[in-house]
Amino acid sequence: MIGSSCGIFGVMDRSGRRFSGEIVVEAMKNMYVRGNGLGAGFAVYGLYKDYKEYYCFHVMIERRNMDAKREVDEFLTDNFHVVYDEEIPVNDEIDVVDPPLFWRYFVSPKKSGQDKKLSDDDYVVKKVMEINTKIKDAYVISSGKNMGVFKGTGFPWEIAEYFMVEDYKGYMWTAHSRFPTNTPGWWGGAHPFCILDWTVVHNGEISSYGTNKRYLEMFGYHCTLMTDTEVMAYIFDLLMRRFGYPIEVVAKILAPPMWDQIDRMDEKERKFYTALRMVYGPLLVNGPWTVIVAHHGEMFGLTDRIRLRPLTAGEKGDLLFLSSEESAIRAVCPNPDRVWTPHGGEPVIGRLDEKALKRVIE
Amino acid sequence: MKMKSHLLPDFIVERIEERCNRCGVCVKQCPWGVFSWNEDKSDIIIDYTKCVGCQRCVIYCPNKALIVKPYEGSYRPNSYWTKEVISDIKKQAEQGGVILIGTGSDKPYKVYFDHILLNASQVTNPSIDPLREPMELRTFIGRKPDKLEIDPDDFEIKTEISPNLVIETPIMFAGMSYGAISYNAFLSLAMAAKEFGTKFCTGEGGLPRDMREEYGDVAIVQCASGRFGVDPDYLNCACAIEIKIGQGAKPGIGGHLPGEKVSKKISETRMIPEGTDALSPAPHHDIYSIEDLAMLIYALKEATNYEKPVFVKIAAVHNVAAIASGIVRAGADAIVIDGFRGGTGATPKVMRDHVGIPIEMAIAVVDQRLREEGIRHKCSIIASGGIRCSADVVKAIALGADAVYIGTAALIAMGCTMCQKCYTGKCAWGICTQDENLAKRLNPKVASKRLVNLLRAWSLEIKEMMGAMGINAIESLRGNREHLRGIGLEEWELRILGIKGAGEGF
Repeated sequence: MIGSSCGIFGVMDRSGRRFSGEIVVEAMKNMYVRGNGLGAGFAVYGLYKDYKEYYCFHVMIERRNMDAKREVDEFLTDNFHVVYDEEIPVNDEIDVVDPPLFWRYFVSPKKSGQDKKLSDDDYVVKKVMEINTKIKDAYVISSGKNMGVFKGTGFPWEIAEYFMVEDYKGYMWTAHSRFPTNTPGWWGGAHPFCILDWTVVHNGEISSYGTNKRYLEMFGYHCTLMTDTEVMAYIFDLLMRRFGYPIEVVAKILAPPMWDQIDRMDEKERKFYTALRMVYGPLLVNGPWTVIVAHHGEMFGLTDRIRLRPLTAGEKGDLLFLSSEESAIRAVCPNPDRVWTPHGGEPVIGRLDEKALKRVIE
Repeated sequence: MKMKSHLLPDFIVERIEERCNRCGVCVKQCPWGVFSWNEDKSDIIIDYTKCVGCQRCVIYCPNKALIVKPYEGSYRPNSYWTKEVISDIKKQAEQGGVILIGTGSDKPYKVYFDHILLNASQVTNPSIDPLREPMELRTFIGRKPDKLEIDPDDFEIKTEISPNLVIETPIMFAGMSYGAISYNAFLSLAMAAKEFGTKFCTGEGGLPRDMREEYGDVAIVQCASGRFGVDPDYLNCACAIEIKIGQGAKPGIGGHLPGEKVSKKISETRMIPEGTDALSPAPHHDIYSIEDLAMLIYALKEATNYEKPVFVKIAAVHNVAAIASGIVRAGADAIVIDGFRGGTGATPKVMRDHVGIPIEMAIAVVDQRLREEGIRHKCSIIASGGIRCSADVVKAIALGADAVYIGTAALIAMGCTMCQKCYTGKCAWGICTQDENLAKRLNPKVASKRLVNLLRAWSLEIKEMMGAMGINAIESLRGNREHLRGIGLEEWELRILGIKGAGEGF
């Protein structure tokens, strides 16, 4: 578990209009002191519109180990149809420490045997876990369709310049600047954390880590990266993708109301919240945290129930901003229509309208 | 044949002569016959060979004139043939029987609780002040569904949830039967459970009818191998039912309440004739296998219209994890695991001191096993047997328990001094006796107040420890072994407990 005090930021255009990463980088620069140069990253949605029907794997090869690269190539050829692959372009003039090799593959599942029973998404999750746990020095850091994650060791603007994210366009961006407190940063430990098209950026430390982790193990999730964020990502995957709960319900599992509030509710509400806490108590996420979670068509921010980490929201027309600090929103949007601070455990949700969502994923 | 006893005394009673005014309180207070008047009632004679060290006389002597301490005289020191070993042999040579004893084992086996340290937050994670912020201990005991079906339109839960007990602190009172303990002690437990919002277990001696209306909703009624007092009304007046298979102080053997303790009221409660011995067979004679257990669980659920959780209590034995898994699959809603330190009113000393495993390890392996099988949520785990303080509670929960039972600690709160003579029926503190004169020494109002105070004190301490860890709800502590570190433990012990060693980070 890596405790961290970080800066996080998210912005989406709810009409689906795509925009460059420039304002995201500007906003992150404004939160300089929330990171210490040991990790930063960006998630971009609506990035690969020419290949939007294919899963895009961003694979990180540590120490540029070409044996690992060959193993990944073989694994992917065996398990997927690879329609296109290339090295992710980087700006070599940027001074970053020990950059791994980054390669992207556009793939579709090639299922066989027992795996034919799995949905495409479940198949991809399974294969990603296999690469991450079985191929030394290889990590799939991004695995969704029409989106991608760029991350590494450095300050946000260094990582942004290294991957040249200002050249990319998306309708939704999340970003992270990291201040790890007890382990040296490594490229794979940076945020956003991603599985399928779900990404999580997270600020905080989870004091319920052991409880959450052991509960998730019952559902086949094995936390290998030893980060709180991984736990967060799996909880959202379980509750939203596998169980199909909306964020309005999920927020009340991760950050439920106090019993003394529940006891004062009317009977129907009381029954609802009591059942959630009884059954999903092991998924209450305790300790100080803020997350911004995104997947196609939706972005939301949420804090722990007693709000031990900051989150501010802002709006300007179709744009919705979520940020650790209000100043970062105002730095890129000087005259927002509205800026507000959500209560602990109350999600701030941004959704694409249906027409726009269709455009993005179909 | 008259045989002279070779036993050395256990205690010595010293009188501070200038303080003693021969008031005679000690004569009245001591049920063991240590004190007696001389013929003309001018002096009190002390026969300390009868003293058990219960300290009743010391506390009640108005002049503070008495000191009771272990008898110092001893055999030639020998770390193998200890005084206890020699005394036990002599006792058996004189009496030719099984040595009986009360309370849990006092042997110096390793106490794992004392080799586990807790975590606290510093800088990266703010500790939470329980005096300023809510700190939640509410706990649900019972089966949870695999998943909740939620109607997304109006946030209604479609899944029916099995009955669960709600307790306001993760501490309940362990089964101690009316018969083993006095009516007043039994009533005190019920009163305290009700006042504090927790539950008490009746033990195997039934629930007196006059208590059912007021205390039924806080009573976990036991159904043990003797089936004492079990009828539909008993089962249905309760909040839960506990099938007792075994207990930590005497795994694998039954119980025996001698006929002289079976008074009119006890005979009515147990539904056996007055003055007859109440014998609990070692096994339930209708449970010789796990499928038989399943049948009893469902018979009890049928009898109570599936409205009560059914617990199964077992002693912590070597294969406890696999047994627990079977019990969950047999349909139990909670499993009570009683460690080898668990208390008792009477047990053969050899069983108490040599059978079973520590509760810390039993919780750890059961919790882990149920998780590996994906059935941990189907059943609550209640840790029992030797829980001494709030830190033990926190450690037990972090190892994987949902709640704990306390028995010995509750008795100590009421007045017990651990003299280990429970089986004699002469408890000077009015707890473990059916002698009316002794039993009335225990005032239920006062004793229940002591129990409530203890629950309050421990709950406050649990909140302090949780707050320090940065946790504000007990469910985030449950099974959270990241907050535990072992000290002075070997690799295999750490592995069994599923914890890291002190000094290892996350």
